[in-house]
Amino acid sequence: MEALTSRSVQVSRKPMSLAERLFLPAIFKGMSITFSHIFKKQPTIRYPEQRREFSPVFRGLHVLNRDEEGRERCTACGLCAVACPAEAITMEAAERLPGEEHLYREEKYAAKYEINMLRCIFCGLCEEACPKDAIYLSETFAPANYTRKGFIYGKDEMVIPNVKTDPEGYAKAKGSPRNN
Amino acid sequence: MTLLALDWLLIIEKLVLIAIIVFASLGIALYTTFAERKVAAVLQDRPGPERAGPFGLFQPFADGLKLIMKEEIIPNSSNKALFILGPGLAMTAALMTCAVIPWGSSVQLFGRTIDLQIADVNIGILYIFGVVSLGVYGIMIGGWASNNKFSLMAALRGASQAISYELAMGIALIALLMTTGSLSLRTIVEQQMAPGHLWNIAYQPLGFLLFFICAMAECNRTPFDLPEAENELNFGYHQEYSSMKLGFYLFSEYVNMIMSSAVMASLYFGGYDIPFFDESVLPQNIAALVGVGTLLLKIVVFIFIFMWIRWTIPRFRYDQLMNLGWKSLIPLALVNMLITGAWILAKL
Repeated sequence: MEALTSRSVQVSRKPMSLAERLFLPAIFKGMSITFSHIFKKQPTIRYPEQRREFSPVFRGLHVLNRDEEGRERCTACGLCAVACPAEAITMEAAERLPGEEHLYREEKYAAKYEINMLRCIFCGLCEEACPKDAIYLSETFAPANYTRKGFIYGKDEMVIPNVKTDPEGYAKAKGSPRNN
Repeated sequence: MTLLALDWLLIIEKLVLIAIIVFASLGIALYTTFAERKVAAVLQDRPGPERAGPFGLFQPFADGLKLIMKEEIIPNSSNKALFILGPGLAMTAALMTCAVIPWGSSVQLFGRTIDLQIADVNIGILYIFGVVSLGVYGIMIGGWASNNKFSLMAALRGASQAISYELAMGIALIALLMTTGSLSLRTIVEQQMAPGHLWNIAYQPLGFLLFFICAMAECNRTPFDLPEAENELNFGYHQEYSSMKLGFYLFSEYVNMIMSSAVMASLYFGGYDIPFFDESVLPQNIAALVGVGTLLLKIVVFIFIFMWIRWTIPRFRYDQLMNLGWKSLIPLALVNMLITGAWILAKL
C-alpha cells in the first residue's frame, strides 16, 4: 500500500546488537551532544536591561495622533468603539469652543476617551476603522499594575505630545527610524 | 585533680573536625543545588539563575528561605511521628558517611598531629555500606507515613531499587578489596599514593563503571530517579512533604551525592593524592591543605558528571531498572571478581 507521505520512514524491528544492548556507546554519544551545548550561544534576553526588537507592525499600546500643526485628530465619531470586538473603548464627545481652534481639528472632539487595557485584545481593528488616522498601535506593551483601575487608560496617557509645544516629548515618542 | 582522666584535647580536636566537616558538607550541598540549576541551564542553552546576588550566587539562600517560610503541612491521617522522622533519618544517614572519608593526610597544629579524618576505623568501607543501607529507611518511612497510595508505591520502588543496586555495588567493591587487602579507606588511599602504584581505576576499570552506575542508583539520580519522578509517580515519596521537611529530603539527596563522589574519588581516583606530583617537597600542613583541595576538585568533577548524565538520558522504567540491576550488573560484577581473582593468582 502506498505511503501517505514522502517523509515516511520504515521502522526497523531488528533485535539490538551487542553494542546497542550495552547502552554505553549511545550514552556517550548523547553526553557529547549535551556537552557541546555548553559552548553554544544562548538566545536568552535579559529583560529589562536588554529588550527585544519588535517588528514595525507590532500591535502594542494605543496612541492618539495629532496632525502637523499639533491639533488632535480624534473627532469622537465612535467608529473605533463600534469596531472593537472586546468593547474596550468608551468616549464622550464635546463641541469645540471658538478659542480652541489650535487644539482640535474639527468641531467635535473627544472630551473623555478611555480604553480598558484589560479588555483590549490588541487586534488593531480600531486602527483600521478610524477615518481620521487618529489612533494607531505603537510598539510598547502594557506595563504591570496593582489595581484594575490602573489599567483604564485615559486620553492624556495615550495622546502623543504636541509637536509645537513639546518638541522633545514628541521626538521621544516618535522614536528613531528603523534600519530596515 | 584531673578531670575524669580523659584526653580532653583529643575530644576537642575531634569535635572541631566534625563541626568543620559537617558544615563544609552542608555548605557544598547548598551550592550543589545552585550548581545543579546552572549546569542544567548551560546544558540546555539558557543562563540559569542570575539575579540573586552577583551571578546568582545568593540563590541557594533564597531557596532555603523560601522553604523555611512555607507552611508546614502534616496530613491529619498520616502517622505523625514517622512523618517527622523520615527526613531526619535520611539526612542523618547521608551525613554519617562523612566520618570515615579521609579528607586529607594530616596537619601539625599545637604540637599535635591531627589526622584529617574523623574516625579511621579499620572497617571503613563496611561502615559506609551500612550507613547507606540506613538511607533506605528514610525513603520507606517517608512513603509509609504519608498515608498516600502514590507515596507508598514510590517508596516501595525506591527501596527495592536501593537494595538491588547495593548488591552489585558490594560485589564490585569486593573485587577492589581483593587487590587492596584492607577495608580502611585511609589505607586504600595511601596504597594508591605509594610510588610504583597507579590509581585503582587502572586496576579496576570495570569495577569503577559498575560502582558508578550503582552509586547513581543509590542516590536516586536520573536515570534511576523513578521513586521521585514527577510525571510517573506524582512526585514520589516526598509528595506530601512541604517546607523544611521537603527541604531535608532534597538536601539529603545532594549530600548523598557528595558523599558518593567522595567515596568514589577515594577508592578509585586516589583520594587526596595529586597526580604526577610528589607532596613531600611541601611542608606538611601545606601538603595536607593542597590534598584537601584536590579531593574537593575530584568531588566537583564527579558531581558535574552526575548532573551531566542526568540531563542527557531519560529515566528507566521500573522493570528495565530491575532487569539491569539483577540480570546485567550482578553477573558483570561477579565476572569482574573472577577476573580480578585470576589476575591476583597469576601475579603471585
